[in-house]
Amino acid sequence: MKALVKIMPKNGVLDPQGKAIENSLNQLGFSQVGNVRQGKIIEIEINSNNEQEAKKIIEEASNKLLANLVIEDYEISFLKED
Amino acid sequence: MNISVIVFPGSNCDRDIALSLKKFSNKDPLMVWHQDHSLPESDLIVLPGGFSYGDYLRCGSMAANSPIMKEVVKSANNGSTVIGICNGFQILTESGLLPGTLIQNQGLSFICKNTPLKVENDSSFFTHNYKKDDVINIPIAHNEGNYYASDDVVKDIEDNELVAFRYCDQDGEINNKTNPNGSIKNIAGILNKNGNVLGMMPHPERAADSIIGLNDGEKFFTSIIESLQ
Repeated sequence: MKALVKIMPKNGVLDPQGKAIENSLNQLGFSQVGNVRQGKIIEIEINSNNEQEAKKIIEEASNKLLANLVIEDYEISFLKED
Repeated sequence: MNISVIVFPGSNCDRDIALSLKKFSNKDPLMVWHQDHSLPESDLIVLPGGFSYGDYLRCGSMAANSPIMKEVVKSANNGSTVIGICNGFQILTESGLLPGTLIQNQGLSFICKNTPLKVENDSSFFTHNYKKDDVINIPIAHNEGNYYASDDVVKDIEDNELVAFRYCDQDGEINNKTNPNGSIKNIAGILNKNGNVLGMMPHPERAADSIIGLNDGEKFFTSIIESLQ
């Protein structure tokens, strides 16, 4: 199955890229948008049929490498097979 | 005296730091490849600047998980002396040897310039030849040098006098205007609690020879070499 790890800067952590995107959007006339945050999504193929077991493995991978818990939070979801 | 410089794919200050260490110690450091699983017996381990693994994912994150870093962490926890400069500092925070992390510069640009630093700690293994409040000029060259840690971690660092250097101006003023990258409390370099690990964004190896116009980094190297003797 395929896992998606969504990684976002924690609330309160400065996000210079999000801020730059927000400024650009405002300059383009999108005056109603604000609080833009930029994160990343990592797609991972995992050899398992058990979602619970897969989640545990992806959690470990996220804690060890994919996310830096000092500045980032993550969420794991699974994509349905086509 | 054995000094090991760890070389990652993308390190680009490894030879500069080796040259500076040789100049002050009269001994060639050992260059150790990131894929090695054992570390030569070392009195000092150096993680050099550069763009290890292309800065993929987060600066220093891949390098922190390379085979040699397991040995470096083990060795540091047993009391070996470790220095991380620039990308090396990022690797030290990613590997958990130093608290906090380094995020993108507040102004979003890569900054490459000589920067005044205030010496905050003049009793460490690495800085004892400076005097507290000395203002020294050392180059920085980074895109992710914005030191960040939670409030309680920053308080812990300050309470234990673990800040080695702060960004300032030529008069030693420390404020937002003299902060090049947005680092919390203008922090440019920190020590761990045991005093055997130092991480810093500025490059003393680029300021250790008057032939290139800057020698304020010399006392950094003489401090270290004297401590090792």
